[in-house]
Amino acid sequence: MIEAADEDALLIRFGDAIDSALPAQIADLCQRIEALELPWLVDLVPSYTTLLVIYDPITINVLDAKSRLRPLLAETQSADRIKSETTESRLIELPIYYSEETGPDLAWIAEQKGLSVQQVIDRHTADTYQVYAIGFAPGFGFMGQVDPTIACPRKDTPRTKVPAGSVGIANQQTAVYPKTSPGGWQLIGRCPTVLFDEDNLSLLKAGDRVRFVSISREEYLAQGGQL
Amino acid sequence: MKGPGAIRHGLRVINPGIKATIQDLGRKGIRHHGLARGGVLDLRSAAWANKLLDNDRNSACVEIVLGGFRAEALSACEVSVTGAQADVTVNGKAVEMWRSLHLAPGDELAISHARHHRLIYLAVRGGFETKEWFGSRSVVVREGLEGCEPLQPEDELPAGSVDTSLGAPRIAPPQAWQWLERPPVLGLIPGYQYNQFLTADLRRLVTTEYKVSHESDRMGYRLAGTPMADPPPGIVSEGIVPGAVQVPGDGQPIALLADCQTIGGYPKPGVITSMDCGLLAQQLPGTQIRFEWTDVLSAQNQRRLFERHYHQTVWSEDGLSLHWR
Repeated sequence: MIEAADEDALLIRFGDAIDSALPAQIADLCQRIEALELPWLVDLVPSYTTLLVIYDPITINVLDAKSRLRPLLAETQSADRIKSETTESRLIELPIYYSEETGPDLAWIAEQKGLSVQQVIDRHTADTYQVYAIGFAPGFGFMGQVDPTIACPRKDTPRTKVPAGSVGIANQQTAVYPKTSPGGWQLIGRCPTVLFDEDNLSLLKAGDRVRFVSISREEYLAQGGQL
Repeated sequence: MKGPGAIRHGLRVINPGIKATIQDLGRKGIRHHGLARGGVLDLRSAAWANKLLDNDRNSACVEIVLGGFRAEALSACEVSVTGAQADVTVNGKAVEMWRSLHLAPGDELAISHARHHRLIYLAVRGGFETKEWFGSRSVVVREGLEGCEPLQPEDELPAGSVDTSLGAPRIAPPQAWQWLERPPVLGLIPGYQYNQFLTADLRRLVTTEYKVSHESDRMGYRLAGTPMADPPPGIVSEGIVPGAVQVPGDGQPIALLADCQTIGGYPKPGVITSMDCGLLAQQLPGTQIRFEWTDVLSAQNQRRLFERHYHQTVWSEDGLSLHWR
């Protein structure tokens, strides 16, 4: 469904609830739109169930923009029935040093969930996650779904300073903070990989898949991690 | 910004006031990286500042919050000051806003505190050629990018070089500033979760006088009025645009502006038109504002007419009027 969000944006809805099949579909439509190099296209903002298409309202009006997008959406929807869900998405491995010194909430989650610290780490590294959206801060990727046995709500009072690289859990979502910032997610470790810089922008894209790999303190430091 | 003595053509900041940033029309093609659009909050005042100098539409200017700004000309240059009404002087002598001004090397331009509104725009002929991030000179402070910061004393602001003379000084017609004197009634385009709001709450949205709160910055302005009775619950986060009015559980709307996040999970009954975002952004804390419903096509027509006027009109030789090409 394509609807006007305002005078320079169309919102395309793919569904109402979070669904692991949607990021691939939304990424597919993004590629189809980008391939046309439309002169009136300003920005594409994919999220969990939607794609926001921002256009230049001086160059094209809302009705024409809608009719240009409609066949592309139809192509995505029919292609998706043929192609299996995740065959074409990128798989990115992110090394994580899980520990008390980099994950101040790791022991708390283990205790709350009646698990050992190692079990929490094992469950966090066992799954492959979908990147549903980039937002909150540059390069911050919202990933899911976290194993329900280690899912936990945000902190009641957010921390004023979460160190860069911190890996957090909030309900069934997980993410890495690209830069030091305030934040309320439960922190379990830290990643030495640069997730955002001015030249390469965001490492993660909506539609990517991510797997976390547990590394040692030495490996973390050797890869440029900060304590 | 460049350090002392680095440039020959442009201005040197003596005092930036409470907060002043360089802004153009904002960034393009980067919001999927989680980067904000940025850009001038008040499209109209910024456009007129540039129009007075025959600048490109996207030329960068200084957006000065509440005034109190002083700068020295490092070279002969043409500037213009628009937006919130303030006392402007050159070497202590009063000059008018909403017109082009000639500065000689060493001249000191001083802008007093703003009186009834919030934002003052200072443009220079050729535009300020400060550092670009992602193809735009707009400064988004909250992202913490290195050097992407408000202006500091001693910052030097290079101006683009222009060969031709401006001729007679230009004076903006009353239409340039009259809209700012109107009672702030903001056009709201229904959209996003409009259909999930109670009819009574949608009615309340356009009949309540909202007060602009002190919690207002380039990310958004919090509004205070009769709260909505029962706004819809949070939604799955989706792409949001500057101008979107989001309503958290307390029922008090927040109008998002140029530096807002790229995705968000609060329900939104609609979006303020791009032109009226400027009218909102100009209001001081405590001012009452109202919403009225409009539609996408009307908003697009209004914006197009404004942009066409910018591109398709030329100044008369005496600098007192504009003619369509």
